[in-house]
Amino acid sequence: MITKRIIPCLDVMNGRVVKGVNFKGLSDVSSPVTLGKYYSDNGADELVFYDITASSDGRALFTDILKEVASTIFIPLTVGGGINSLDDFDRVLKCGADKVSVNSGAIKNPDLIYQAAKRYGDQCVVLSVDAKRVDGKFRVFAKGGRVDTGLDAIEWIKRGIDNGAGEIVLNSIDTDGVKNGFDLEMLGAVCDVASVPVIASGGAGNISDFVTLFKTLPKVDAGLAASIFHFGEVKISDLKNELYKNGIPTRIVKE
Amino acid sequence: MVVIVDYGVGNLYSLKSSFKAIGVEVVTSGDKEVIKKADKIILPGVGAFEDAANKLFSSGLADVVIERANSGVNLMGICLGMQLLFDKSLEYGEHRGLGLIKGEIRPISSVIPNTLKVPHIGWNALNLKKPKSEIFKYLSDGDCVYFVHSFYGADCNDAVIATTEYGAELTAAVQKGNVYGCQFHPEKSGSVGLSILKAFCEL
Repeated sequence: MITKRIIPCLDVMNGRVVKGVNFKGLSDVSSPVTLGKYYSDNGADELVFYDITASSDGRALFTDILKEVASTIFIPLTVGGGINSLDDFDRVLKCGADKVSVNSGAIKNPDLIYQAAKRYGDQCVVLSVDAKRVDGKFRVFAKGGRVDTGLDAIEWIKRGIDNGAGEIVLNSIDTDGVKNGFDLEMLGAVCDVASVPVIASGGAGNISDFVTLFKTLPKVDAGLAASIFHFGEVKISDLKNELYKNGIPTRIVKE
Repeated sequence: MVVIVDYGVGNLYSLKSSFKAIGVEVVTSGDKEVIKKADKIILPGVGAFEDAANKLFSSGLADVVIERANSGVNLMGICLGMQLLFDKSLEYGEHRGLGLIKGEIRPISSVIPNTLKVPHIGWNALNLKKPKSEIFKYLSDGDCVYFVHSFYGADCNDAVIATTEYGAELTAAVQKGNVYGCQFHPEKSGSVGLSILKAFCEL
C-alpha cells in the first residue's frame, strides 16, 4: 500500500531558511542542510526547497546549498522558485534535485511543462498552483499569489497534466496561513480531474488537519506545510503516529 | 572499487553521494577499462527503456557489463537499470535487454485497477521473500522504500526477492546469483536504502 507523504517546505533566501524558523535544540536552524537533515531523520518523506532569492548571486548560492543537501540527505528533493526555462531545470537537476516545481514560469510560458516533461520525464515535473476563490470560481494567481492571472485553476491543472506535469501541488491562498485546515473543497475539485498525484498545501494548523485531509480526500497523496513544522507546532513523528492510528498508510521511521 | 556505469542517462549525483555517505569508494565511468576493473558494478537508469538500451548496446558497455556479471562480479541495477537486466521490455514496442534476469518488463497499468495512478510514485512497503536476500540483511519486512515507475518486471518468479503492493503484487527487487536489481531507488530511500547499498557493498 502506497503511503501518504508528509512534506516540509523550506523557503531559502541567500542560502538561509527564512520565514520564522524557531527550533529548540538545533545549532543552526537557518541552515537548509541542518534543518533538512533534521526533517529527514524525523520521518519527512520528501523535502521541498523553494528559492525565493531574486539576485543571481543568491541563485548561485542556492545551487551550492542544494548540492550540499543532496549529498547528505537521501530522500526525494523537489526544488522550486525561479524556474523559467529548461536551463533552470538543468541547473537544479545537476545539483541533485529529483523533481522541479514550476509555477509562474509555466504561466508565462505554458510550453515549459511540455518541453521539460519530454526531456526529463513526467515524474520530474511538478506543477505548483496558487489558487484563490474569485466570483465562486477557483482562479490561478501568480507572483507568489499577488497577481490574478484570470486562468481557471481546474482548467489550468487539466492542461498542465495533459502537457506532462507528473504531480500537482495545490496551494489554496484562501486557507494559507489561517491554520484552520486544508482547503478540502478546492482540493476535492482538483482530485476529481487529476490523474497524477495531488499534494495539498495551505492551511494545516495541527495534526488533526492532516488526518481530516486524508480521511476526507483519499485521492490526495501528500500534505505539505512549512511554519507548523518549523515552529515545532507539529512534530513529523507525532503526526505520522497519529496517521497510523487512524488507519492511514504512512511510513514510520525508526528512531 | 564500486563503479557506477555512466552511459549518459540521468543524473548520478545522488547515487554517487549515497555511496560516499556509507564510506564506500565509488567512481562513475563510461570507460570499459574502468568497468572491467570494478569489484562491484551499479547500473543506474531513468527515462525510457529503448533509449537507455540503445545507448548501452551501441557503446559496447552492455557487453562489458554482461561479461563481468557472467564472471561473477556483483552487479546491481537500479530502477530502469533493473529493468535493463531483463530479457526484454514491452515499453513502447519490444526491446531487448541484457538478458541477465529471465522475464520481461510490462506496463503496471495492465495489472492494477484503473483507479490507481500511474506512475507508482512514493514510499511503499517491501514484502521480503524468504530466505531473505543478503542485500536485505539489515531490513525488516514492511520497511518502506521510494518508487517511481510505470513498468514492472514480470515472469521472473524465481528471481523475485521482494515485492510491493500497489493494486497488485509488483516486483520490487530481483536476484539471480550475483546479479541484483531494485525497482525502487535505494539512494532516495533514507536509511533503509543506504543499508541496502551497504549490504551490497559487503557481499
